[in-house]
Amino acid sequence: MAKITYIEHNGKSHTINVENGLTVMEGAVQNDIPGIDADCGGSMACATCHVYVKENWFNKIPSKAEGEEDMLDQAYEPKANSRLSCQLTVSDELDGLIVNLPEKQV
Amino acid sequence: MIKTDALIIGAGPTGLFTAHQLKLIGLSCEVVDNLDKIGGQCIELYPDKPIYDIPAVPECTGEELTNNLINQLKPFDIKFHLSERVEEVKKSNGNWNVKTNKGSEFNTPNIIIAGGVGSFEPRKFVPKECIKYENKSILYSVKDKSIFKGKIVSIFGGGDSALDWAVELSKVAKVNLIHRRDEFRGAQSTVNKILELKKDGTIDLFTKYQLKNVKGDNKLESIDIVHDNNEIKNLKTDYVLGFFGLIMQLGPIANWGLNLDKKTISVDTEKFETNQKGIYAVGDICTYPGKLKLILSGFHEGALAARACFKLARPNEKYRFEFTTTSTNLLKRLGKKE
Repeated sequence: MAKITYIEHNGKSHTINVENGLTVMEGAVQNDIPGIDADCGGSMACATCHVYVKENWFNKIPSKAEGEEDMLDQAYEPKANSRLSCQLTVSDELDGLIVNLPEKQV
Repeated sequence: MIKTDALIIGAGPTGLFTAHQLKLIGLSCEVVDNLDKIGGQCIELYPDKPIYDIPAVPECTGEELTNNLINQLKPFDIKFHLSERVEEVKKSNGNWNVKTNKGSEFNTPNIIIAGGVGSFEPRKFVPKECIKYENKSILYSVKDKSIFKGKIVSIFGGGDSALDWAVELSKVAKVNLIHRRDEFRGAQSTVNKILELKKDGTIDLFTKYQLKNVKGDNKLESIDIVHDNNEIKNLKTDYVLGFFGLIMQLGPIANWGLNLDKKTISVDTEKFETNQKGIYAVGDICTYPGKLKLILSGFHEGALAARACFKLARPNEKYRFEFTTTSTNLLKRLGKKE
């Protein structure tokens, strides 16, 4: 279990407990957090679960999946700390993770 | 005006198998899809990715699945309207009148929406000023390459579309290629070609840059691009091309008076009918308690929706359930019996 904080583009913050084994994307979708669309359902095929990971966390999270950077090319306003939240599997190590959501996904 | 027993919106796996089921029970159908090819997400998003949970098919790629479904439709005559998006759905004398953005019109008692997550549209540039120049000097596809002759063209993206057009247009225009990182996801041979063209000065390559702003009055004059380290460059340009892949948008479906739940359409689980009589939704785009977004669920949903279509298309006939193994009727339709 990990406490994950999702900060919407307008600054609104949501902190929830996400079970280990789920992804950061699933944590958001299951808790109706706006700003993560996840159109393809987590198959890394759409870049609509794009998040910005806080700098101090960026090196602690699982590294990018093969092909993730290619999908990020197609994300809305990708930055150096961009990730696809469907590729971030939650574990105890992610407790306290903060992700910022982009202005929009499409 | 095309009259048909059923109109299917979406040519992905669910739409294709639904067409099979409609034709098998003796109904006519036509299929509309906004993509320029058959296959939906399977062909657009993951043609090469293996799928392992299609019943009786241990492993196949999105492309193989699509080809198998197309083969399964071979006995039937089905018209596909590709690169067309359904814009308008209106009730008329108990039937539905349907119009597409290309001017095709249908009259049908049944519409089956098999639209996945919506229609595929090009992903666009972020700066809001881009809208002013869209379809004039800022483009997301190339229809007529002769317009670029002798011009300065700035191409954004790192995939095959961006690279192929950079190579092609560099023969007739001054090309800037701009990409957000050093690596490209296009074919290695094309990447090598790009690097050659950069070396001999034919194209200018800007990596780790993204579009920041576009400038000009009535006519686009230049663009600002920003590096990862925040350094800004101004490039004179006549045209800007963006190739960032496709996104899925529900689009006009949202305006047809259907009960929506987020981006999905609520249906019953007997006919997969929406709140509008004669409009059904199947596959990823429909929702009901327990809905599983799997291709196999779409097949089941399409088969049941097809039977529901029969009642509205043949109000004076009774639908008889038959097996393809034994029914002479079905075997005739499949071309297996004279």
